[in-house]
Amino acid sequence: MELLMSISIGVLFMVGTYLLLSKSIIRVVMGLLLLSHGAHLLLLTMAGLKQGMPALVDRYDQAFTDPLPQALILTAIVISFGMTSFSLAIAYRTYKFHKTDNLDELRGSNDD
Amino acid sequence: MTNLVLLPLLIPVIMGAVLIFFSKNEKAQKIISGITMIALLIGSITLFIAVAVEGTLVMELGDWQPPYGIPLVIDRLAAFMLLVSAIVATSTLFFAFKTISPIRSRYFFYPFFFFLLTGINGSFMTGDLFNLFVFFEVMLISSYILMAHGSTNFQLRETFKYFVINLFASMLFLAGVAYIYAATGTLNFAHLGVRVAELGQDNILNVIAVLFIVVFGIKGGLFPLYFWLPRAYTGPPTAIAALFGGLLTKVGLYAIIRMFTVVFNHDPDFTHTVLLVMAAFTMILGVLGAVASYNYKSILAYHCISQYGYIMMGFSIFSPIAIAGAIYFIAHHSIVKTALFQFAGVTEKITGTSDLKKMGGVLSSHPWLAWLFFIAAMSLAGIPPLAGFFAKYPLVLGGLEEGNYIVVAVALFVGLLTLYSMIKIMKFVYWGKAKHDEERQKVSVRKLLYSVAPLVILTVVIGFGAEPVLQFTTEIADEILDPTIYITSVLGE
Repeated sequence: MELLMSISIGVLFMVGTYLLLSKSIIRVVMGLLLLSHGAHLLLLTMAGLKQGMPALVDRYDQAFTDPLPQALILTAIVISFGMTSFSLAIAYRTYKFHKTDNLDELRGSNDD
Repeated sequence: MTNLVLLPLLIPVIMGAVLIFFSKNEKAQKIISGITMIALLIGSITLFIAVAVEGTLVMELGDWQPPYGIPLVIDRLAAFMLLVSAIVATSTLFFAFKTISPIRSRYFFYPFFFFLLTGINGSFMTGDLFNLFVFFEVMLISSYILMAHGSTNFQLRETFKYFVINLFASMLFLAGVAYIYAATGTLNFAHLGVRVAELGQDNILNVIAVLFIVVFGIKGGLFPLYFWLPRAYTGPPTAIAALFGGLLTKVGLYAIIRMFTVVFNHDPDFTHTVLLVMAAFTMILGVLGAVASYNYKSILAYHCISQYGYIMMGFSIFSPIAIAGAIYFIAHHSIVKTALFQFAGVTEKITGTSDLKKMGGVLSSHPWLAWLFFIAAMSLAGIPPLAGFFAKYPLVLGGLEEGNYIVVAVALFVGLLTLYSMIKIMKFVYWGKAKHDEERQKVSVRKLLYSVAPLVILTVVIGFGAEPVLQFTTEIADEILDPTIYITSVLGE
């Protein structure tokens, strides 16, 4: 399970970085989205994956899954949700004002 | 008494939310935010005194005992940073009252100003690594909005770049949190310190340490990672640029100081050497950018970078006197840089441009402005008896004592170039024949100077009163060099 997760995290980071380096604004935004997914999965995986046990501490001597990473991921997901919607807004604004979504053409467009 | 700790967080976040409701009423916004800011300043001063008298204050949120809950920890360093942040923010806010156009202030300028402060103050206070991430995000989302505020083409483009690089850094931060949680099983700073000491800081933890250097290096504008900074700080209105230059990037540096004193303090031969090399390059490349530039604001932005290099140099030399110097430097730089950015704004208001070559002779029409600028500029360049000299002196002394001759040479050379580029501004903008017309010569900037003058006075005061201030920063340095103080005050015995 850990191996599968590690590989998918690697793929997410790889694709995210690739998209981040491309020239279209919307691809950069998508890259950030995938990177954030990769980071969240990493958080889950690095804390150790366990099967068949709930994340409830207060069950006396029964075994439990570490609840902390799940709380962390929940927070991180909410934050990256906000960031993603902001990034879409700023990407749209940039596209509208500069009338291009090519990052190369943004350079030197005005008032440098 | 310990509830006092919450003040620097609660005041800005609640009042920021309240201000949203008054977004269309400019006058109400100004009054409310002015009162809030003064309350925050008073709160920070009270807290500073309380910490100076009683020592570290710890607040366990929700009464969850550490290491399980999130503590807010205010030691001397945090209290000092909170005070500096409140002073700088107060001056900037009053400057913003007179310079932010009504059109801009209607679009939630003041609420996000306070949310930014919430993030900054929270980052100074938190005792938990993940909580630090959350406060970073609170701070960053407000900074994105303030940076794009007004949406000129230039601002939008630079904000997009700033946004992408910072979000990328945040994701690396999250990855770092994951790794360190896997390695140590905790995220509380004090508990991390204990666990890392038990495990021994070797290969894997050093890799994580480098990951955190990269993350905070991006946010703090250090050498290979500062490329986003100069243009991002040139775009927004000067009130915002002043706050960013004076405070925002300091949070990254503060995070480095916190992480590498409490947690990763066991292998300074490796980590602090990396930081020292980065600091040297940051200093020299930042100042070269300033020497080459002919835009008022971008000169100041490039200077920010080289000054961050100084702060990191003091920290990475890692002797008490150098760290005391670095902390003094943080205060000095926040104050002076904010003042200088505000002078850039005032001058822009008079001449209508920020291009040095199109300005001239402001001294003859606005002598007060010019001479106040001169004091601040000389302070930045490190001329005694102003604060800049006493900020650089302990760094150089500490560097010589520890035998880091190359970095000391770099620091002194950079000081010279700083003086050169400050004189360049003086020569182009204030001396010579007036290039702005009669009408602009009559522009009154007296009211604007009221918010800048206290900062200039403060740089003179902490210059002349350097001894008590340095004594206090030496106490801070002694405290942070001994992480057991932090650890025992959070975790108990």
